[in-house]
Amino acid sequence: MTVSFVFHIVFACIGMTMPWLMFVAELKWIKTGRKVYQDLSKAWARGVAIFFAVGAVSGTVLSFELGLLWPKFMEHAGAIIGMPFSWEGTAFFLEAIALGIFLYGRNRVSKRIHLISGLVVGIAGVVSGIFVIAANAWMNSPSGFDWVNGQAINIDPVKAMFNKAWFQQALHMTIAAFAATSFAVAGVHAFMALHYKGNEFHRNAIRIALAFGAVAAILQPISGDISAKNVAKLQPTKLAAMESLFKTSKPAALLIGGIPDEEKEEVKYGIHIPYLLGFLAHGDLNAEVEGLDKTDKENWPPVVIVHFAFQTMVFMGMLMMGTSILFLIFKFKLKENLDKRWWLKLLVWLTPVGFIAVEAGWIVTEVGRQPWIIYRIMKTKDAVTPMPGVQYPFYLITLIYLALTFIVILLMRRQILDVHTNSQNFNTHD
Amino acid sequence: MTEFIILVLGIAVLFYVLLGGADFGAGIIELVTGKRGIDTISKAIAPVWEANHVWLILGVVILFNGFPLVYTTLTTYFHIPLFIILLGIIFRGTAFTFRYYNTVKDNSYKYYSQLFRISSLLTPFFLGVTLGAIMLGRIPAQIDGTFYDLFIAPWLNLFSFTTGIFLTLLFGWLAAIYLLGEAQDDESFQTFAKTSRTFFVLLVISGLSVFLVSEMYELNFFSRFLHSLIAIGSVFVATAVIPLLWVGIRHRNNLLTRFLAGVQTTCILTGWFAIQFPVMIYLSDGSQLTIQNSQAPERTMALLVYALISGIFLIFPAFYYLFKVFKFGDKVSENINKH
Repeated sequence: MTVSFVFHIVFACIGMTMPWLMFVAELKWIKTGRKVYQDLSKAWARGVAIFFAVGAVSGTVLSFELGLLWPKFMEHAGAIIGMPFSWEGTAFFLEAIALGIFLYGRNRVSKRIHLISGLVVGIAGVVSGIFVIAANAWMNSPSGFDWVNGQAINIDPVKAMFNKAWFQQALHMTIAAFAATSFAVAGVHAFMALHYKGNEFHRNAIRIALAFGAVAAILQPISGDISAKNVAKLQPTKLAAMESLFKTSKPAALLIGGIPDEEKEEVKYGIHIPYLLGFLAHGDLNAEVEGLDKTDKENWPPVVIVHFAFQTMVFMGMLMMGTSILFLIFKFKLKENLDKRWWLKLLVWLTPVGFIAVEAGWIVTEVGRQPWIIYRIMKTKDAVTPMPGVQYPFYLITLIYLALTFIVILLMRRQILDVHTNSQNFNTHD
Repeated sequence: MTEFIILVLGIAVLFYVLLGGADFGAGIIELVTGKRGIDTISKAIAPVWEANHVWLILGVVILFNGFPLVYTTLTTYFHIPLFIILLGIIFRGTAFTFRYYNTVKDNSYKYYSQLFRISSLLTPFFLGVTLGAIMLGRIPAQIDGTFYDLFIAPWLNLFSFTTGIFLTLLFGWLAAIYLLGEAQDDESFQTFAKTSRTFFVLLVISGLSVFLVSEMYELNFFSRFLHSLIAIGSVFVATAVIPLLWVGIRHRNNLLTRFLAGVQTTCILTGWFAIQFPVMIYLSDGSQLTIQNSQAPERTMALLVYALISGIFLIFPAFYYLFKVFKFGDKVSENINKH
């Protein structure tokens, strides 16, 4: 399951963002009539097709795996949190239909309908992502039912869906998807631009991708702040693990770096910035921040993992934000054309950082909730399937996903190289 | 309210069989026709297979939202066949896409094709095995017994395998009929026509075997069919349209043949629903999970109804449009007349 998520989340992010890039390229093509934008839209559409297909099947795998691996969880959760999934189904339907029209209908429908179908793919993708995240947020902040003697009663799916964590998680994840995918796309095109200097196709690709990426990366810290305050309130244990705060403190210092030792309950090395944690968590320099000591040790998440994942996420986010600010300065203040080698090289290096941040963030939210599958209601070990030997299908799925990742990379490489061999206007500056 | 949800579930299953099933069937047909079919098949299913696939997702979502107990019972005891189905879904979809978007025609093209065909065969087979196992009712009522008793015996048996073969042939036959309308020239039309005839004969034989084997397992399909007017009616209609179907193929009226094949498939499913209703799963101790005793609380069901109604208003027009763009145009006769 974990592996499926780690895998699916990448494809889901790309599936949420790429259609928007594709749509903007298509829109620019219609507005300006410059063929380079049409080439771009077509090239990205092929990418979307590949990623969407893999994302769709890995999403199907998840909808079954929920039951295959966690039948006890689904038995209770199905009725409570199934609603966003039923909406997600609709959104996904529209996305698949619109994508079919966009990809294969270029010569069959009018330009306007074609453009609209691209927009529908983008909107439906984001909407379906938000529904799924709402369901995940419910596991962190269960609501909409009363838990009596191991049974859920007084079920209210609307309240469950709009639980206290859904908004901040949906916001944070959507922005993350845009930042991660845009930076990855920009990185790939930067790599190609290094080889084909001064190429219009890649220059425009980088510009469109970074426009999305920059806005997302600069907005992300704000949504991160909302998230932190929300976690501080709803899941203080998770926050304490993220910060490796073993003792409840007032005022509380923000920890940067450091190696936590769960046995001795102390942190080696690391930089402590006094007061800052209280401010970030509760908006008050002198606020008390709950430490791990308030939670029984048996209910601690693996502190080291959560702490490192959190630090990684923040660091990667900062990298992207810094680059974005640079990009905006160049673009609007200095009016520079951004095809200097050092800049392209920087973008190439930044290709994976967004996705590293996404995976790290996912570890923070999921591992940080352990040992619970539904926070303070049901433990993960009580939800697992009674079938022995589930590790074997798990190994198999892992292998398959590795193979798929490899093939997708291979295919994308071929697609990208193909752009250069087949596009006629490729080296003309129009 | 519950009836409405069941109706939508039925429609989702029906559409998945009619459309998604045919996409798998296309892979099965490719096993038979080999290279000759590839172009037509790829072109035919590329724009629609993902939308068709979502009918399955819709069905799964309705199950786990509206009937969580049914969903978790299935996923617990049919873990293995469902897992194989998942593998099939992964490989079919990715191999097809990889093949379609491969810019180089090297060996990888061959591997993707083989993977696409084999997974197109295995997925419907295990889907049929699972459906058969649901009807058979050997799911233990309690988790008590050996690994074999609990997780293998419920689906590893002759009856489930017979239904598996039946569903595979049904998907293949549907695809062959639909592909008649996609054929680009006379030769491939003849190929698909021949394949559709072969599959039809096999389908009838395997359908009869399902009934015969059901007697061995004391499922008494014969008498259960005879006791349900709807079931008798659907068998009657399904048989009655066979001559029409032959005429349709002979005269190359592809819209008619598609429609009639759809009618027959609908009849098969209706007959099955008729004898199954209102039971969703039979358990080994004779008890049953029915529509009534396995459903989610009322409020969840009500919200599911709202979600489905608004979903239908969005999905059906969009779906209709998709098919209008890619499928209703009679490229069929256009192409054949050119020759």
